[in-house]
Amino acid sequence: MPQMLFMDRVSKRYDSGQEALSDVTLRVDQGEMVFVTGHSGAGKSTLLKLIALMERPNKGRVVVGQTDLAKLAARHVPLHRRRIGVIFQDHRLLADRSVFDNVALPLVVSGYSRRDIGRRVRAALDKVGLLNRERQFPVALSTGEQQRVGIARAVVHKPPLLLADEPTGNLDPDLSREIMHLFEAFNQVGVTVLVVSHDLGLIKRLTHRTVRLEHGRVL
Amino acid sequence: MVVAIALALPATLFTVLDNLARLSGSFGASAEISLFLQQDASAEQTESLTANLKQDPRVGALRTISPQSALDEFKQLSGFGEALDLLPQNPMPTVLVLSLSAAATTTGAAEALLEELRAQPGVELARADVQWVQRLNAVLEVARRGVLIVGVLLGLAVLLVIGNTIRLEVENRRDEIAVTKLVGGTDRFVRRPFLFEGVWLGLLGGVIAWLLVYTALVLLETPVSRLTGMYGSDFALRGPGFGGLVDLLSAGAMLGYLGAWAAVGRQLQRADPV
Repeated sequence: MPQMLFMDRVSKRYDSGQEALSDVTLRVDQGEMVFVTGHSGAGKSTLLKLIALMERPNKGRVVVGQTDLAKLAARHVPLHRRRIGVIFQDHRLLADRSVFDNVALPLVVSGYSRRDIGRRVRAALDKVGLLNRERQFPVALSTGEQQRVGIARAVVHKPPLLLADEPTGNLDPDLSREIMHLFEAFNQVGVTVLVVSHDLGLIKRLTHRTVRLEHGRVL
Repeated sequence: MVVAIALALPATLFTVLDNLARLSGSFGASAEISLFLQQDASAEQTESLTANLKQDPRVGALRTISPQSALDEFKQLSGFGEALDLLPQNPMPTVLVLSLSAAATTTGAAEALLEELRAQPGVELARADVQWVQRLNAVLEVARRGVLIVGVLLGLAVLLVIGNTIRLEVENRRDEIAVTKLVGGTDRFVRRPFLFEGVWLGLLGGVIAWLLVYTALVLLETPVSRLTGMYGSDFALRGPGFGGLVDLLSAGAMLGYLGAWAAVGRQLQRADPV
């Protein structure tokens, strides 16, 4: 399998002096599903931020697909982000927009036609089981439902790489399992999935590769 | 509203200046030169001078005031009637009053004509009434510069006001901007609605400014026409008109666009450190 993600001796130090990642090397193949675990502050979130270009590494190389992110010009950063779907622990939905408009955002910024947007948004909402809630606003939904809207937004433009940052952090075990099965379903249709989670119990039951981070290093 | 006032102020000043300039222009067109002929100028000399002047293209209208009519007028106006009767002879000279034609209203041409006339035989004195018009024009020129400077400063104020308004709006929608950029929205996409808003604010300010100027003119119209009526002039105020509206709108829109651009630009940089 060709590589989807390759991090080559990557280090990231924040301006505060905190060393979030040091000398991390990680390879994820296309179509793989990988868990990244570790204590809070171990650098899990930083890892995802480097991939989505929300941060730049101080040292080392990050390659997504065939693209070396260090060589990516600023004007191509948006295009790079369109090839990735990101899910956050706090889901980061826009409170003043309906579920439909939230999910549609990645398509709107990419300039899809109105008809395509409607079709794709409904398909994405259907996958996460929220098709009948498209008119509602995020506050009217439960936490689990909000997280599923976040997932729908991350997959609506069919990105080949899906990143999830503690997607089950605020959910009870049943909902967590449900969400993880959702990721597995996406993985089965060929999407590469990278999930950051500290829910070790849940991860153990799912048989996927697990990468452990400790103090910014891969164990 | 602040935008409107900031735009209305220079617009009002410009309108006032425009009207003053037109007023002085109408004076300039009627600038006159008075030729006082020598007492002992012969009738022939007067005749030939008059004939020459009539052919001169720089001379518009020509009026001759004979010594007798001048004396009559003076008697009437001064109240020295009886004293004047005691004079052995009429002390009044013949006066030729000529107004400049349109071709000679520039101050240089008027000066040249004046010099020429002074050298004519039989001319005692030549006097022009254009000097104060020149001075008024010079004052107007200074005022125009001043208004220009004030206008630029107020334009800067408009820029800052709109920029600040947009900045608050950007601040309110920081989450939205961050998420939009995360899902691959370009800077251009993020910027667009704010630019629209800036332009709208500028246009709205321009319209209100135009209305303000217009209202001011309507309020001034009656007293001004009464005043000019007293001076026997049919001068009427002229508003900023359609051209002025277009100017105000384009100035407002441009300043709004620039202000919004600057305001969003800063936030975009902060939202995206890479």
